[in-house]
Amino acid sequence: MRQVIVGIGNAFRGDDGIGRHVARRLLDFVPPDVVVLEENGEAANLMAAWDHADRAILIDAMTTGAAPGTVMRFNATDLPLPREMFPHFSTHTYSVSESIELARTLERLPSRVVVYGIEGKDFETGAGLSPEVERAATNVIDLILREIRR
Amino acid sequence: MKDKKKSQSNGNTRTIKCDYLARVEGEGSFHVKIKDGTVTDAKLVIFEPPRFFEAFLRGRRYTEAPDITSRICGICPIAYQMSSIHGFESAFNVTVHPQIRQLRRLFYCGEYIESHALHIFMLHAPDFLGYEDALQMAKDYGDVVKMALDLKKLGNDIVRLMGGREIHPLSACVGGFYKVPTKKELLPLVERLKWAVEASVKTIRLVATFPFPDLERDYEFVAIREPDAYGLIQGRLVSNKGLDIAISEYEDHFQEIHVKHSTSLHSTIIERGPYFVGPLARFNLNFEQLTPLAKKEAKGVKFVPPNRNPFKGIIARAVELLYYCEEALRVIDQYQPPPAPRVEVTPVATRACGCSEAPRGILYHRYTVDNDGIIRSAKIVPPTSQNQPTIEQDLFEFVQNHVDLPKDKLTWQCEQVIRNYDPCISCSCHFLKLHIDRS
Repeated sequence: MRQVIVGIGNAFRGDDGIGRHVARRLLDFVPPDVVVLEENGEAANLMAAWDHADRAILIDAMTTGAAPGTVMRFNATDLPLPREMFPHFSTHTYSVSESIELARTLERLPSRVVVYGIEGKDFETGAGLSPEVERAATNVIDLILREIRR
Repeated sequence: MKDKKKSQSNGNTRTIKCDYLARVEGEGSFHVKIKDGTVTDAKLVIFEPPRFFEAFLRGRRYTEAPDITSRICGICPIAYQMSSIHGFESAFNVTVHPQIRQLRRLFYCGEYIESHALHIFMLHAPDFLGYEDALQMAKDYGDVVKMALDLKKLGNDIVRLMGGREIHPLSACVGGFYKVPTKKELLPLVERLKWAVEASVKTIRLVATFPFPDLERDYEFVAIREPDAYGLIQGRLVSNKGLDIAISEYEDHFQEIHVKHSTSLHSTIIERGPYFVGPLARFNLNFEQLTPLAKKEAKGVKFVPPNRNPFKGIIARAVELLYYCEEALRVIDQYQPPPAPRVEVTPVATRACGCSEAPRGILYHRYTVDNDGIIRSAKIVPPTSQNQPTIEQDLFEFVQNHVDLPKDKLTWQCEQVIRNYDPCISCSCHFLKLHIDRS
């Protein structure tokens, strides 16, 4: 099975950088046949990132109101990602949930798509993760490593 | 991209509100007053929090201006880099190798391809085809949206290849580039660009079939004219009403005025008024310098200058998409790396004026620098600021001519009038809402 892991976010908007942070740390642990990428979430680039993959695992910050660092797993294979949890921050690009739905419409979605959301606390400009959010990275890494072996 | 619309009716008073204008870069606001069927007032109400770029450039070295100003925009960073770089090079009497000039055009091609593809298909086409957004449009026009995304990706990849990343690329500098590509690095783009030429032809033929509302005004179109190429960087500023000036004379002819209803400055031509920049202006003024294929395709859909319908800007944008795909192929074909990526630059105390055609229109920079090359003052006039008074007048006239339309349709068409200009409101950090008061 061809697998792609994509860490999504903007490293200069605080906790929005968590997706990329997790992806970077995963590089030390994943088998060589698993591709790990970092993206800003732009629809065209995401579709190129998971092109030809059988399974895509995405990691992104979310805002649900849960405690910062809370991790949730979403199966986006059959159902849309809840838009309100992965909101649209940029006026220039679609949100991750919109990008997935666009890919679904265009039949450019892998047969399995899983999204790990990590509740962010602070999305202000500037680099650096909140401690609770950074601590959640280890948990997500474990979950993803188990997922890719299934 | 949320789009909340509300409306109220109170006797012969109608208030239509659109809290969040969709499918533009940034956010903005609009108010119309209609009394007894006549438009009495139309204002583009902009709340612009100052972004302080012109202030915090003071005290920085001229070498930093391209990278600092490029942060003003995520979609057109190269335009900012080119305007500032060429301003300084003109002022410091720096001559770059011809291949550097070619590479800069190639760099700009990447930006045009991704910006125009994004706007034509994802932001503007849904208006003409009656969809709320491109996500909805994709259900019926899947192949067209796929083509748009692939075009955008190609543009992004050109920028990434030359500049290290798509957003705020890092290679352009005063005197040349920090790093230039090898010919071998550029060659993989060729096949994709050939596909893009075909895709652009399809785009022109598709958008020309769209239903275009009637609106024609006697605009003053302003664009850069270069002697040997479709106007893009430096050159002279020309208009269809007799303007023909050097970039350094910009402030003798254009002024920014503060209007009460907006914290954003309005740019006008002194003693004449509003003007129109962007693809339609360039198309009208520089048509003869397009490639033979671009001219042939434009004529094929009966789209030739002069054209004064701002809704048809989408066709001009599509023609430019084709031109810039061909231009990228031309540059790559003739490219040989220059002997050095950049030349030595010695600053002098002077006034530096630079102008280039961002995808949305002319972008003017002016700096004063001292003998150490430290910036003492800066002025940046983005294209969207320059189009604001014209957008306002379009809305006034459009609403007047369609005053009896049902409110939802009128609101939507007003948004479309604004989207004709592909406004990069985030460049001027604006917030757009739509309010129509009928009384």
